[in-house]
Amino acid sequence: MTVPGPEQPVGRIRFMDQQRVNLDGFAVEDPDLGLVALRSPHDPGPGLVIRDGRVVEMDGVAEQDFDSLDAYIARHGLDLSVAAEVMALPDTELARQAVRPDVPRAEVIRLCAGATPAKLARVLALLRPAELMMAMTKLRGRRTPSNQAHVTNRLDDPLLLAADSATAAAFGFREIETTVPVLADAPSNAVACLIGAAVGSQGVLIQCSVEEALELELGMRGLTSYAETVSLYGTEPVFTDGDDTPWSKAFLTSAYASRGMKMRVSSGAGAEVLMAGAEGKSMLYLEARCIALARAIGAQGVQNGGIDGASVAGSVPRGLRELMAENVMVMMRNLESCSGNDALMSESDMRRTSRTLPIVLAGSDFVFSGFGSIQRYDNMFGPSNFNAEDIDDFLAMQRDWGVDGGLRTVPASEIGELRRYAAQACRAVYQHLGLADFTDDHLERAVDAAGSKDLGETDTLAVLSAAHAIREGGLTVVDIVAALDDTGYEAEAEAIMEMTRARLSGDYLQTAAIFDEELRVLSLVTDPNDYAGPGTGYEPSPPRQAEIDEIRQARGVDDLRAEQASAAELLLAPAGPALAGQDPRDVVIGVSPAVGRDVWRSLSGLTVPEVLGELLAGLEEEGCAGRVVRFNDTVDLGRIGLAAARLAGSGIGIGLQGKGTALIHRRDLAPLANLELYSVAPAVTRELYRLLGANAARHAKGATPDPARNPYNDEAIEARYHTTVIALMALERAWVQPGEPAEQLSKEGLQ
Amino acid sequence: MTGVRAQQSGQAQAGQAQSVQAQSVEALSGRPVGELTLEAVRRGEISLPDLRIHPGSLEHQAAVAEAHGNPQLAENLRRSAELTTLGDDEVLAIYEALRPGRSTATQLTALAASLDGRGLPRCAALLTEAAEIYTRRGLTA
Repeated sequence: MTVPGPEQPVGRIRFMDQQRVNLDGFAVEDPDLGLVALRSPHDPGPGLVIRDGRVVEMDGVAEQDFDSLDAYIARHGLDLSVAAEVMALPDTELARQAVRPDVPRAEVIRLCAGATPAKLARVLALLRPAELMMAMTKLRGRRTPSNQAHVTNRLDDPLLLAADSATAAAFGFREIETTVPVLADAPSNAVACLIGAAVGSQGVLIQCSVEEALELELGMRGLTSYAETVSLYGTEPVFTDGDDTPWSKAFLTSAYASRGMKMRVSSGAGAEVLMAGAEGKSMLYLEARCIALARAIGAQGVQNGGIDGASVAGSVPRGLRELMAENVMVMMRNLESCSGNDALMSESDMRRTSRTLPIVLAGSDFVFSGFGSIQRYDNMFGPSNFNAEDIDDFLAMQRDWGVDGGLRTVPASEIGELRRYAAQACRAVYQHLGLADFTDDHLERAVDAAGSKDLGETDTLAVLSAAHAIREGGLTVVDIVAALDDTGYEAEAEAIMEMTRARLSGDYLQTAAIFDEELRVLSLVTDPNDYAGPGTGYEPSPPRQAEIDEIRQARGVDDLRAEQASAAELLLAPAGPALAGQDPRDVVIGVSPAVGRDVWRSLSGLTVPEVLGELLAGLEEEGCAGRVVRFNDTVDLGRIGLAAARLAGSGIGIGLQGKGTALIHRRDLAPLANLELYSVAPAVTRELYRLLGANAARHAKGATPDPARNPYNDEAIEARYHTTVIALMALERAWVQPGEPAEQLSKEGLQ
Repeated sequence: MTGVRAQQSGQAQAGQAQSVQAQSVEALSGRPVGELTLEAVRRGEISLPDLRIHPGSLEHQAAVAEAHGNPQLAENLRRSAELTTLGDDEVLAIYEALRPGRSTATQLTALAASLDGRGLPRCAALLTEAAEIYTRRGLTA
């Protein structure tokens, strides 16, 4: 035995050290470095001095000392008519108003319009997790929650992008964000995603996240329909390092709108810390400045909640609380929240779920600012907090809690058809426009691929040259529409034209706007959040609830009956009434009512005849003779086993339910007692059943065998099998007839 | 295959406030939106200005934003209405001029005056203010 010395921790600690959560970095809180979530001693206190309608001091800084962020916020970001009122309100009072269902959202919005960054930071720091969830439920702008997907791959493969884009659209994502490993591929990615999304669902917005000038150019040509990678930072030096100023960002915001493109800005905790530019301020305070600036420059929304810095926030105490507080603060500023969760912030499945779950439950304008709809390795933004690996988990979470996270189940066959159609349409357009030719083999692989590694060798230079042709040829959405139409994809051509028309009204430039599948705009204006406590606010419609509930893995009794029927055999025929045995070597195996009728396969996967064969063989090995008797008046295993024992000449019986649970009983024991029991039916093997048979024979001979032991393992046995058990027991119970006598079953063919 | 699953979400109640001006929307080219059909594409009649948003639509949206508690969004939309009159290259050039260290205060002021003279007073005001703050904060060239 190893005795740990003082330098080595005990085994329990060594075991804990090995868990994945310990791959994560955890930082000691350090305000001087900005490694502090909610409040730093260097954060300024809230304050606002207004003279002659002009802000002359804000959060402890006099006007002549304003940096460029202060200056923009002070001049454009605050509603001075409510400033005095809100700044005089105690922090706790404003915090309570944010949470209380009986205070209307509009009132909170009215007040917060006059609050300085430091004020909102102080207020948000007061909200505990459940209160943040209440505030998010009430304060988000759009009533209907929604979700955004990342669609990218390592090769920028257009056919795979089109297929994956169609898949993401079919799953319910209302925004698709793509990006590139190779910048020059961007125009091709935008076109492929545009075509794919049009196949998957009407009205999905497309973004190609690249360098700003190129992104704007793609938007100007109608190939993309929104932008969100317009970054803001919380300190002037970091902002300037990002090669922008509040004025250049304000102008860019207008530039996007002038081309009819939806746009939101991007910020979030950790960015300043990573650039060693936090100036000792808390993450929440710096983000409060970004959000105030976002409102001031006239952006309709903010993508925040850490984003690339999420794991920085995650490394400090209360960091996850800070990330959610950022999203809620955006909502308090009456802006659209695209709520982060788009960077893998932990190696631990539990921690990354813990980071995301409260936002899923509360509901946001966009629960993710990029759910990786593709596999982690294909995510060219870096892995998201949830990825293709997690889609079924997410669908199950929506169903578990009865909440709408924006996704839905799509039948497997439909996904197959959509992927094929999208890849074919994309190939046709590329060929028609002379951009690139793709082989049938390439197409087949793209349709079937779970990720770009399934494509084999591809011609990435062809993609580059297609992208070049799109850009240099000045192709616009009209060219794509015409190509779709010319190649037989009239419906998709029509869909893109319809969307193009719908965008021209500009309704989707309003806060928190998405298109639904009928091209109706849902926004703060058309679908305002009216949450005011239980029984109010967003509730999925019955069809939407059905989408959430009907995950493809759900099984009912009918499914199970069919499954069981497929294992049925011409065995176990009734062979006359069950009589009391006289032979001291006679052991009766009592089986449940549906055995030989509806139940044929036990939970271990062995068929019931196989299980009986092993039990009989075990009995025989020890010199006993077994009989199979079906008891038709009970499903209770103890009663079946006891009744079998009472029929047996030896006084020993084996009870077996069709699902595989088995025990040894003796005629003089109470019904709920037994000699040996296998209660974990899914884990019982052939060898163990044989051992149970042999042990029953040993009991019959008066010996005291070493009892067979229940097999245990670390799997979630109950999670896997309880639904099947419920259905199996329903099948059993359907055959129960009180007073119906037991009957002997034929052993023919059992061994 | 489009819209194979056309029933997403509890969104039915949301159609209430469809564009109030849906009938009268025009593209930047002046062409009514209703004429932007696949047929028109087939006839080769549609070009980029037909797909660009009209300043009137942006002005309308500014009024809507104003009425929904966001005067800053309204201001942005009004600035953007002005920018519809500029070509893409010029828009990008002004953006570039506003980035840190690209322009002197004099250049920014001159650009502002030019924009003001061409009917873009809100954009001009943005540049004028930038010239002032950039000078104080060392963000000029």
